[in-house]
Amino acid sequence: MPHSTERKSADRTSVLAAGALSGKDAIACRGITKRFGTVVANDHIDLTVRYGEVLALLGENGSGKTTLMNMLSGIYHPDEGVILVDGQEAVINSPVDAMNMGIGMIYQHFRLVDVFSAMENIVLGTKEKRLRDKELKEKISEICQSFGLEIQPEKRVYEMSVSEKQTVEILKVLYRGTRILILDEPTAVLTPQETQKLFQILRKMKEQGCAIIIITHKLHEVLEISDRVTILRKGKSIDTVETAGTDEKILTELMVGKAVSLEIDRPPVNHKSPILKVVNLTVKKPDGTKAIDNISFEIRKGEILGVAGVAGSGQKELCEAIAGLMKIDKGAILYEQENIIGKTPAEIIRMGISMSFVPEDRLGMGLVASMDMVENMMLKSYGNGRGPFVDRKPARELANRLVEKLGIVTPGIDTPVRLLSGGNVQKVLLGREIESCPNLLITAYPVRGLDINSSYTIYDLLNEQKKKDVAVIFIGEDLDVLLELSDVIMVLCHGKITGFLDARKASKEQVGLYMTGAFSQEVAQ
Amino acid sequence: MNRNANIDSRKRTEPLLRVVKRAELTGRQIVLLRLLAVLLALAAGGLFILCLGYNPVAIYTRILSGATRSPMAIQATAKIVIPLLITSLGVTLAFKMRFWNIGAEGQIIMGAIFASYFALFHADWNHWVLLGAMALAGILGGALWGLVPAFFKARYGTNETLFTLMLNYIALYLISWLQDGPWRDPGSQGFGKIARFDKNASLNKVFGVHCGWIVALVLVAAVFIYLRYTKQGYEISVVGESQETARYAGMNVRKILLRTMALSGGICGLGGMIQAAGADITLTMGVAGGVGFTAIIVAWLSQLNPVIILAVSSLFGILEKGSSVVQSDFGLSTDCADVLQGIILFFILGCEFFIRYRFVGRGHGEKAK
Ligand SMILES: Nc1ncnc2c1ncn2[C@@H]1O[C@H](COP(=O)(O)OP(=O)(O)OP(=O)(O)O)[C@@H](O)[C@H]1O
Ligand SMILES: [Mg+2]
Repeated sequence: MPHSTERKSADRTSVLAAGALSGKDAIACRGITKRFGTVVANDHIDLTVRYGEVLALLGENGSGKTTLMNMLSGIYHPDEGVILVDGQEAVINSPVDAMNMGIGMIYQHFRLVDVFSAMENIVLGTKEKRLRDKELKEKISEICQSFGLEIQPEKRVYEMSVSEKQTVEILKVLYRGTRILILDEPTAVLTPQETQKLFQILRKMKEQGCAIIIITHKLHEVLEISDRVTILRKGKSIDTVETAGTDEKILTELMVGKAVSLEIDRPPVNHKSPILKVVNLTVKKPDGTKAIDNISFEIRKGEILGVAGVAGSGQKELCEAIAGLMKIDKGAILYEQENIIGKTPAEIIRMGISMSFVPEDRLGMGLVASMDMVENMMLKSYGNGRGPFVDRKPARELANRLVEKLGIVTPGIDTPVRLLSGGNVQKVLLGREIESCPNLLITAYPVRGLDINSSYTIYDLLNEQKKKDVAVIFIGEDLDVLLELSDVIMVLCHGKITGFLDARKASKEQVGLYMTGAFSQEVAQ
Repeated sequence: MNRNANIDSRKRTEPLLRVVKRAELTGRQIVLLRLLAVLLALAAGGLFILCLGYNPVAIYTRILSGATRSPMAIQATAKIVIPLLITSLGVTLAFKMRFWNIGAEGQIIMGAIFASYFALFHADWNHWVLLGAMALAGILGGALWGLVPAFFKARYGTNETLFTLMLNYIALYLISWLQDGPWRDPGSQGFGKIARFDKNASLNKVFGVHCGWIVALVLVAAVFIYLRYTKQGYEISVVGESQETARYAGMNVRKILLRTMALSGGICGLGGMIQAAGADITLTMGVAGGVGFTAIIVAWLSQLNPVIILAVSSLFGILEKGSSVVQSDFGLSTDCADVLQGIILFFILGCEFFIRYRFVGRGHGEKAK
């Protein structure tokens, strides 16, 4: 089709020429409605994004943000309403259509071919003839330069970190001539430093006249990067405000519909005796390298031990080792003075140790995607009671209770959890773990992708557990929260413990330094 | 750059029809859609028959009446349905666990071989003791044949699809060896074949059909309850979804894998025993006769629901018996029946697509719901 290639090259130049358009409406949604069966995910939403600005899209979990963006990028089609692109009514049937209109979306789950190099991924699926490697590299480095991206074109995707993969995704859409970029929770899996890098790129794009929509639950990021904020609540567009004239409090109120306190309290720890003692633990990855390298620590009843560290410093392996899911190389794990190494996961669950790890794709381990909430509630307790039959009644009651207590947005407890929005899926998981009344609760990234209100609900829940004398290991990303919530912070770096800090006294900068391994305490055994 | 022209072309590039993912349908709508698919399939099949120069209505009514017109016909149909039904239930257990058991054929055969040992060499036992022993032996034979691939999968991660498939052939040649060697009927001159079972070793008839149909119906209820209401059934669904999650939940994945495959093979083996002792009254190389493969289609068509399996395997039975009648009455070859079966399958599988997606015509996007 000669037409389409012509169009694409026109777009490519327009990225650079877009500066002239600055201030004009890039996309305008008018009365967009989308229903899934009985759920109204989007209810007459109005939204406008202009060239040369960053629009943040804010809303609680399940308020319809992803659904709306999916309509802009051609994955869904609205039931009602019109989308205007450059002031003209547009019908976006597929991601290819969206691309031809200059709309590019970065999904939270990367869509890259692992065995291909960055360069191969970038050109994959474009219709033009494969350029020679040299020309291609030049072209890519040209785009990189104009937006301040850094990549190694030859590197294979499976060797890349999360943030590098994201850069490739961004390059992919830029290469296709994107003028309107949509990012769905891009920072949820990034470290603060990586987030800063991403924001640099976004600022450059904005200067060049691109329109950017970013979804994030982190309010300080909204305030930092955006020019305007559109707030969704329960599928409706509530308001659009200028970022300059707002603050976290106002935004939270708009989002939730009522005033919310953003304080985390920290009840004192009353116990002296440890419930769990880890001694000289070493765990190896399947490839033989050490994931956890000779670490020792202990945690008391009614204490929250915060674990800080750059992603991939051994957090996952630590969780799995304690839960009995991973082979232990050396060392001991003493729970109430009993070594639990060699026990089966089922035995460890019965001893009152609960582990929940929220992976980057959220559903991974811990929930069964195609099952409904009731059946997911039974996952660890289905064996309770005598006889060969499962008892669904307690699970059903528990599901109903959780929906109420945690405000889970779902068409019903019989809906498969894979249809719930990202944040709600997590509430289901964590709610179940807490309700199992553990003595030791290990939770990794429990607020990944949760909205601010739900995050605070989770912190409150953890504190509630603490008051019930439950020992909590909280593996987190947000240092502010770690410092406010934990009693002690343990910092991991490359599988080693670089330090223990008193969370009441430590500063963010201190923790940050330990995280990079820049200096480490002498860890006394 | 002419933006307006571009946008016009955008509108024009909307395809005539496009595929859109549907919101979840209600159970009722799904049933209606499936019924529609069956009707369409009959219409298309009718067209095919018309092309062959026959009257479709006459052929269809003859298929139906041929399979059900007399008690004898119904009995014959039932005889076809029984092994198919039992085997479909057997493979369903494995499929629910996402274990690709395409070795039902071999499991049927092994069940039949194990049972035949008692029928041939202990025919003098008390009738009920003998039948009990044969049934147990059948289950054991099938279970063993199901356990072998499960063991290797659990232990070494071998691919079960190839493994179960290969075991089919081993089982088949085992019969071939038995009938030419150790179990050869001395009464048959020169020609390798296993002797007919003693009357004492064959299944009793109830309403003119060997009592396997009662076993089959009991199994429908049992598998239904097992999968839906028991702890083990729950474990199977979790393992089927993700072994990681199952391990996390404290399940012993290996044990579940082995247990379920033993059950799956055991049911198929029981089917083999029933076929040998109820229908064939001997052991032949045709004891499974492709049922193990047809059962896979039946199980998936029924979406692994035992009650629907009962209905679907009955339909398959009617089609098969009916078309053999058509063959003798009209001289239409049985291959045509296979083509008809193919057409029906095509439409029903196509219908699954429409349950998940729908087409939207150009310019109807906004009205679509
Ligand atoms: N394919 C689908 N089928 C049924 N319901 C759906 C589907 N996709 C989304 N929903 C429902 O629509 C609502 C909005 O979901 P959406 O994913 O847009 O929320 P979100 O604002 O992105 O939330 P989060 O911040 O948690 O990611 C949710 O209640 C969800 O359950
Ligand atoms: Mg979302």
